[in-house]
Amino acid sequence: MKVPVRITVNGRLIEREVEPRLLLVHFLRVFVELTGTKVGCDTSQCGSCTVLIDGVSAKSCTTLAVQADGASVTTVEGLADGEKLHPLQESFWNKHGLQCGFCTPGMILASHELLRTNPSPSDEEIRHGLEGNICRCTGYQNIVRAVKDAAGAAAGADQ
Amino acid sequence: MSTRIFGSGIRRREDPRLITGSATYTHDITLPGMAYAAMLRSSHAHARITRIDTEKAKAAPGVLAVYTGGDIEGALQPMPCAWLLPDSNLRIAPYPCIAKDVVRYTGDIVAVVVAERMPQAHDAVELIEVDYEPLPVVTDPEKAAAADAPQLHGKDINGDDIPGNQAFHWTVAGGGDVDAAFAEAEANGVVIKERILQQRLIPNAMEPRGAVAQYNRATGELTLWNTTQNPHIVRFLCSVVTGVPEDKLRVIAPEVGGGFGSKIAAYPADFLTVFCSKSLGRPVKWIETRSENYQATTHGRDHVQDVELAATKDGKITGLRCTVHAGMGAYLSTAAPGIPTILHGLMLSGCYTIPALKEDVYGVYTNGVPVEAYRGAGRPEATFMLERVIDMLASELDLDPADVRRRNFIPKFDDGHEVVTTLNYDSGDYPGALDKLLDHTGYAALREKQKAGPANGKYLGLGLSSYVEICGLGPSQVAGAIGFQGGLWESAIVRFHPTGKVHVFIGASPHGQGEETTFAQIVASEIGVDAGDVKIFHGDTDSTPMGWGTYGSRTTAVGGAALALAVRKIRDKAKVLAAHLLEASVDDMDYEDGKFFVKGSPDKAKTIQDIALMANVAWNMPEGMEAGLEASTFYDPPNFVFPYGAHLAVVEVDASTGHVDLTGYTALDDCGPQINPIIVEGQVHGGIVQGVGQALWEGAAYDENGQLVTGSMLDYALPRADLLPDLDVISTVTRSPHHPLGVKGIGEAGTIASTAAVYNAVMDALRPLGVKRVDMPLTPERVWRAIQEAKGS
Repeated sequence: MKVPVRITVNGRLIEREVEPRLLLVHFLRVFVELTGTKVGCDTSQCGSCTVLIDGVSAKSCTTLAVQADGASVTTVEGLADGEKLHPLQESFWNKHGLQCGFCTPGMILASHELLRTNPSPSDEEIRHGLEGNICRCTGYQNIVRAVKDAAGAAAGADQ
Repeated sequence: MSTRIFGSGIRRREDPRLITGSATYTHDITLPGMAYAAMLRSSHAHARITRIDTEKAKAAPGVLAVYTGGDIEGALQPMPCAWLLPDSNLRIAPYPCIAKDVVRYTGDIVAVVVAERMPQAHDAVELIEVDYEPLPVVTDPEKAAAADAPQLHGKDINGDDIPGNQAFHWTVAGGGDVDAAFAEAEANGVVIKERILQQRLIPNAMEPRGAVAQYNRATGELTLWNTTQNPHIVRFLCSVVTGVPEDKLRVIAPEVGGGFGSKIAAYPADFLTVFCSKSLGRPVKWIETRSENYQATTHGRDHVQDVELAATKDGKITGLRCTVHAGMGAYLSTAAPGIPTILHGLMLSGCYTIPALKEDVYGVYTNGVPVEAYRGAGRPEATFMLERVIDMLASELDLDPADVRRRNFIPKFDDGHEVVTTLNYDSGDYPGALDKLLDHTGYAALREKQKAGPANGKYLGLGLSSYVEICGLGPSQVAGAIGFQGGLWESAIVRFHPTGKVHVFIGASPHGQGEETTFAQIVASEIGVDAGDVKIFHGDTDSTPMGWGTYGSRTTAVGGAALALAVRKIRDKAKVLAAHLLEASVDDMDYEDGKFFVKGSPDKAKTIQDIALMANVAWNMPEGMEAGLEASTFYDPPNFVFPYGAHLAVVEVDASTGHVDLTGYTALDDCGPQINPIIVEGQVHGGIVQGVGQALWEGAAYDENGQLVTGSMLDYALPRADLLPDLDVISTVTRSPHHPLGVKGIGEAGTIASTAAVYNAVMDALRPLGVKRVDMPLTPERVWRAIQEAKGS
């Protein structure tokens, strides 16, 4: 049995017939051919698959594609404005907030959620905000710096 | 444009593709006509297979083939072990790509399914029926070595028995009579004895492993995309196992998402993917799930260590004697025998003058995942045991742990120091490192604060760890002597194009460390081009020269040296060509910052770009000079390099709950001159946190049936952002006297030092409570129980 879904991914409407069991992450990677979203585990622990659904972060490995029917999904590929990187992408680059890069798409989108709900977080708030995302390379310190930097840049832009 | 690029913390060139999701990892590769493989892995840790029925699986939707052990016979050779430990009774058990008669760990491959789509392959795996006759199980390396332990294997590959599951017994001894040193210490000094369990760890590279194999039946050529740290070694071993000749085999390590040692080994699943592609004539992709990664990708550590330290009453070490049972898992993985021996035993004397030492290492087969290198690979296990017993000695003598270290440090040296294990350390200042660390952290004040006693039931603890590590592996002649079945040199090709842009082809294969950036900085600093004009190619055996891989903190140290020397060859040729163009004698030429000029006339210079253009068009070359501006080097290091440092961990232990809070951590590391300090700092951060993970949270656990209890990320406790303090990272700079750039290595330093520092800090905190030892990881439950037991006694 297949069911139709209509999901807007990074501004592009995608209509497909999918199995009800299909996870959103596989919808994105296989059906939409956007491989920036990663699968790092099978227990919803690592956060590598984090995307935004209608602007709110979600782990796409624990979301069925049919649950996102009618929604608007943003993946890491949809963050930059053309050539212009998103401030979080810039700050992760500037602060060496990544090494192997595998957790990075999810980490950046989780940080996006963190700053959406708390625009000027403390270090401690950043660390708590990212506890659902695992990075094995950086020890998190430069990720914290990157998020702080992005928050500062956003605050600067507002003034 | 200036030599200052060496030492500059420029942003990484790798990052734009990674932060935009446009990088291509093995998982992201899709080829026309691609089929998907999934493995059926044993659900028993030790059992005889009495029946396999694949009919239902074969009939399932989309299934193209199902292969079991009988199907690969003759087509796939057993997995090779590539570190043939000398001076030992090494017994290599047969390691088939698919277990045919007996499975020896939960995760051993029993069958492989290939289907049109990945979910179909996974669904069909569930339809294979296997009957197992369970056999007795042993997962503890010491118990596996006991006389009455279940035996895992019959004959080894040479037809010899493997009594006591013993894969090898290896010994290192040096200096004076160690038993006499202990007799003397028993009579007139102090003897410290400790049992240390270095628990099994799961490396957890964030990218799970995988392979994409594309075999072309018409040409007989195979391309294998693989999540590997060493594509050239995979090409070599894949050729041996699959029979595809090396000249027709191309291995590509695309973007690789971390490794930490777990992507060094060659794996059965990868070569089975090749087999499937050859058998079906279609590209085949296999990607492990995270649970499968836990079940079957190599683990690390797993030592049972019995350590004895002899010392005088004033804290001078007189001897070290140890016995280690190292769990090897069910089979010997590619480099496994060298990890608990060469990379462990030879570093046993650490930063100290130890007059006599002896260690017996027993490598033991157990019903677990094969154990391999894991960040630090043997050296964390050595550093830990030494740093732990030194702290215990301090405690016994009621001395400050820093004082005991000072009483035993090797004094500062600049150009070689031979230690008791016969290694020749290159340069170091261990007392200087510790003193600077103590000064920087206000150690004396922290001790004063500690004397005030616990606050709100929280006990303050300080833990030191002084370390020296061996890396930059290494001289190939030594590699041969220690049984490593390969060389350990590195090579680089540097090619200047007519416009002065540069291509570098390098054998080393970084997978997240950032050496595309570091290598470009080396080229820029050696010949004055802009780093942005240098493109680095790595990870493809068809386009890059031979390389022995990225592990053992060797890529910058060895690959970087090869690169620097290749650029220097170009500089030499460019100088001759510049002299010709300026109608001057070569001896009168000077070089500075990418410019070649007659001494005293820098205004009439030929730039490296001018030279590159002329060399490429070759209109006006000196007599006998070949066209082009290109050089290659094979750099075989004359010695290893020995980075070192000292770390301090500060913890608070809540005596009522056993909870350990790591409140501060300072690392002083000396890896020589830092090419990119931001990258160095990042390596230190990540390394420290992995070591902290071992001390406090991580541990792979098997139950009595050999089932992996910590089989998912839900059950295996990885470090998370909210559990860690801000790390303070400082450094000193001591050049390696024998290295062309003076650099050492930094990839593993943090992990080597931090486990001991954190453990020592917790034991320091628990000292007033009478707790002497707790097994790692130091979970609240274990710490709390230890406190209760100490109260009871």
